[in-house]
Amino acid sequence: MEYTYYPGCSLTKTSKPYDLSTRAVFKALGLGLHELEDWNCCGATVYMSVKETVSFSISARNLALAEKLKRDVVAPCSACYLVLNKTNRFLRELPELNAKVNDALSAAGLYYGGTVRVRHPLEVLVNDLGIDAIAKKARRSLEGLKIAEYYGCQIVRPQRGFDDMEFPQTMDQLFEALGAENVYYPLKVRCCGGMLMTTANDVAMKLCHDLIACAQGNGADCIVTTCPLCQMNLAAYQDQLSAKFGEDMHMPILWFTELLGLALGLDAKTVGLNAHLEQIPEKILSLAA
Amino acid sequence: MAHLETPGTLPARESELRRAFLSQVDIVPGGERLRKCIQCGTCTGSCPVSYAMDLSPREVIARFRAGDIETILRSRTIWICASCYACTVRCPVEIRITDLLYALKRVAMGKNIRPRQFPVYALSEAFVRSVKWFGRNYEMGLLAEFFLRSFKWINLLKMAPLGLKMLKTGRLGLFPDRIAGHADLKKIIARAEEIEQPREPVPVRTVTDEVGYKAIQS
Repeated sequence: MEYTYYPGCSLTKTSKPYDLSTRAVFKALGLGLHELEDWNCCGATVYMSVKETVSFSISARNLALAEKLKRDVVAPCSACYLVLNKTNRFLRELPELNAKVNDALSAAGLYYGGTVRVRHPLEVLVNDLGIDAIAKKARRSLEGLKIAEYYGCQIVRPQRGFDDMEFPQTMDQLFEALGAENVYYPLKVRCCGGMLMTTANDVAMKLCHDLIACAQGNGADCIVTTCPLCQMNLAAYQDQLSAKFGEDMHMPILWFTELLGLALGLDAKTVGLNAHLEQIPEKILSLAA
Repeated sequence: MAHLETPGTLPARESELRRAFLSQVDIVPGGERLRKCIQCGTCTGSCPVSYAMDLSPREVIARFRAGDIETILRSRTIWICASCYACTVRCPVEIRITDLLYALKRVAMGKNIRPRQFPVYALSEAFVRSVKWFGRNYEMGLLAEFFLRSFKWINLLKMAPLGLKMLKTGRLGLFPDRIAGHADLKKIIARAEEIEQPREPVPVRTVTDEVGYKAIQS
């Protein structure tokens, strides 16, 4: 199976390990990922709050480019996944917006007919390949590893996608099949604060504290997530969180593709574990040994 | 959109803000569902950051109905929303609250209402410029500009150790990536900006009879 890959800005730099591990996992599972040539920023959450028609248009440029290739688009970043899907849906449902956006696209000789499917790698792996098929290809068992699956908000909202909007289960089922133990983690889709870490630091620190404290309290060895920003917020400020709340807030925060990669027999460097900002304990690194 | 009536006669300034807001609501698909609000408070209860807001999401809609957009635009609320969409998916009458808060941000920025203590707009503007110039997000430039413009230089220093760690692990680029088709992208943005200008001002309908239940009926 072949897919068009839309990495998004975060995966080129700040979330490089997510990019490395996504490519490596797809390769290991025999799925083809072809990066969309000359893609631009999806517009993310920020652009939507500035100029609506403009943000739909820049997002649609990517869809128009991808449409020519006639493959499903795989977007690992939650914000890209949300924004591209939102653009798709609004363009399909609102003929007037569609006309405006296509008018804007025509300035660059592009047209978008609305046929591209934008999908998340988690959903692609679980639905196109299947959990059983993935488990059969596993070279290492995750037995003994306790994990808290954290989906973040933008992968399941605002419209119903491939999983429940309040208590998604896709990742839980995947890692259970690979031998891991899922701890009870009711904050699966609670917000990490997103860009508030920069603009309203106190608020985001409180949200991140709650997310880590809940995982620790329920005995998790690590948090596994699907979002670049969630990983960044939870991983990069652990020293500050510990100082602010007077608790030890250190905990490994992995992208789901990293842990899946380890289970598939890839080594730590291939999945990007050497480029983490937080300490990765022996318990996880030894999985790769 | 004309069904979003205004209670009583508003002062000129409030009328102007209302007109600006309604024309923004006009470009939010399904934005007119705003009038269906039953003030149940599910949005506020679902919001993970409502504790840090000065107006709760429910109050935002109540203020809009009462003809007090100015207070909303000057609130922390519109800037503190982190776009998690918890309110939107739980709203029993399917109001796109997150998108309406976006609309309010656009009005505030358009009318130059910028809380100095809370400069989210600086980040948004830097981001938009980055996309326009390079076609991609340039994080390094974005953060530097944000901290400089928000006068939070001390935070820039506090971020230095993290920045160094990220440079070392190859997770922060010193220079922006520019896409090959950025001239095309600029053309698209320019055309879209032209189109986005509302062609005619949205009429504000005024209810002059008793302000009450009737005023919120469509």
